[in-house]
Amino acid sequence: MSNMMTQVLGWVDDRFPLSKMWKEHLSEYYAPKNFNFWYFFGSLAILVLAIQIVTGIFLTMNYKPDGALAFASVEYIMRDVDYGWLIRYMHSTGASAFFVVVYLHMFRGLMYGSYKKPRELIWIFGCLIYLALMAEAFFGYLLPWGQMSYWGAQVIVNLFSAVPFIGEDLSLWIRGDFVVSDATLNRFFAFHVIAVPLVLVGLVVAHILALHEVGSNNPDGVEIKKKKDPVTHIPLDGIPFHPYYTVKDIVGVVVFLMFFAAVVFFAPEMNGFFLEHPNFEPADPMKTPEHIAPVWYFTPFYAMLRAVPSIAGSAFPGVVVMGAAVVILFFLPWLDRSPVKSIRYRGLCFKVLLALFAADFILLGFLGMKPSTDLFTLIAQLGTIYYFVFFIALVFIPKFEKTKPVPERVTQ
Amino acid sequence: MRKLIIAFVFAAFPGLSLAAGGGVQLDKANVDLSDTASLQRGAQLFTNYCLSCHSAQFMRYNRMGRDLGLTDEQVQQNLMFTTDKIGDTMTVAMTAADGKAWFGAPPPDLSVMARARGADYLYTYLRTFYVDEKRPFGMNNAVFADVGMPHVLWELQGVQKAVYKSEKAADGSDKQVLAGFELVTPGKLTPAEYDEAVRDLVNFMVYLGEPAQLERQRMGWWVLGFLALFFVVAYLLKKEYWKDVH
Repeated sequence: MSNMMTQVLGWVDDRFPLSKMWKEHLSEYYAPKNFNFWYFFGSLAILVLAIQIVTGIFLTMNYKPDGALAFASVEYIMRDVDYGWLIRYMHSTGASAFFVVVYLHMFRGLMYGSYKKPRELIWIFGCLIYLALMAEAFFGYLLPWGQMSYWGAQVIVNLFSAVPFIGEDLSLWIRGDFVVSDATLNRFFAFHVIAVPLVLVGLVVAHILALHEVGSNNPDGVEIKKKKDPVTHIPLDGIPFHPYYTVKDIVGVVVFLMFFAAVVFFAPEMNGFFLEHPNFEPADPMKTPEHIAPVWYFTPFYAMLRAVPSIAGSAFPGVVVMGAAVVILFFLPWLDRSPVKSIRYRGLCFKVLLALFAADFILLGFLGMKPSTDLFTLIAQLGTIYYFVFFIALVFIPKFEKTKPVPERVTQ
Repeated sequence: MRKLIIAFVFAAFPGLSLAAGGGVQLDKANVDLSDTASLQRGAQLFTNYCLSCHSAQFMRYNRMGRDLGLTDEQVQQNLMFTTDKIGDTMTVAMTAADGKAWFGAPPPDLSVMARARGADYLYTYLRTFYVDEKRPFGMNNAVFADVGMPHVLWELQGVQKAVYKSEKAADGSDKQVLAGFELVTPGKLTPAEYDEAVRDLVNFMVYLGEPAQLERQRMGWWVLGFLALFFVVAYLLKKEYWKDVH
């Protein structure tokens, strides 16, 4: 039997690099042995992507992208489709889980300098994934065709109309109508189920290929490829991804699924954070909700948008600042010039600024959910300034920073 | 003398007052979806009082019967008035245009109203209709100002009027704020019985918003239990493999 399997494998290998790929990416991909808690979130992001694609396929079988039918078809899924409620809650919870996992994954990169040479392209592919993810979430949020779906899309598309000169035409072109309508819903559906997912999957492949080309960073920021066994040429601090990290990541997957299931089965609305209450009212173009707030993962950027005062009645400066907040991430590998990667061996200044940056992002997220008051707007303005100050500070910190010596080999 | 027997029902509405910024503090509905008898009573109130104007177009009669422990015959005889097909959804004969003409706005579908507004909102809303001669139907509501809906449960609750008290506004002037209600005409039910009836109705509407929720929670415990076992296996497997990593 095993002889036959070997023959079949040999037949395939002569025609397709199956064993070669298995070795390159799993059984002979050497990852540093000192990965900690923060290194679970890459594999978890792939898991969530898979959950979203599979549940998305089943939702598409029953959902109707039609202004007159969309809201009802979602309720049909919730009530009449066998386990439709489970599929839908997995998808809606998965959307938020995706951002939780990706934000933690990005924070890991910030802490351990994973964006630095030679991993700049991994970071840039990652930023593109984040961008595609935001687009995916935005397009998908219109589909249930509830009040927040509708007015959220209206607000975001209107941002484009703030662009000078071409703004009005641009937003009209995006919507395909003068207001968000059936035409908008149909094209957003197309983007959500095929265009953006294709891009997303392609970028994820590029992200992983780039990672496997240069090798993984680690909590010590040590390049394990510098110290190899003279005979085998295997990094001394490296262990094969499979089976070591596959079995370790399974533990992470199970723990993650416990949190995921707790939300799906016991609190799918997450008190209005994952499924907003007003979205259970069908979209009504004639009735603007009192308070329009995006879903939690967009609120830090929404807070920045609102914090910037409009100039001559144009909200364009706010749009620019919000866009810049995302764009600046791409430049991170060239802003932070410190030769030391990991936070473990960097100075106090970096540690404090990074902690403040994380707190600032959460604070902005909170403010983005609240109706703006004078006080909140002031705090949001300070928060927005600090967001950018952090990136600029990265340029100057290395000039006076007292770093600790980085060890030759990883520590356990 | 009858009119002198006026029950002050402040006690029945603990904490009900207009906050300084407007908006009524909502009373807790404390619904319990595992109370099947309450759901059945709620279904009866819903089909008798709500379902003549409001639809619940995503809810099927037979599904409701199954979930509430009623046979198809029981549902057909006691809860179905607009159709005789047990597999039908809860629709109404009134068109949106008629609704708009008669009430100023078409009565909204109630299938997911409890999810949109919350149980506490519905519980407070249905108990805070009060006399207001300025309104077309002579009634207004504390949580939904100038509501188009008449107080359809008035024969159960009776008729109450609002009681105001003076409060210092931020600029120092006196302003009138809602302090509570006073029963003018008693209904078929006592205030306590009426609160219970509304709780049953809201309980049913919470069920109506998501009929799968009890099943969802039951299944959730099995899933979490499975994952807990899986965790033990996965953890031991990891430990076994990692023994030789130093």
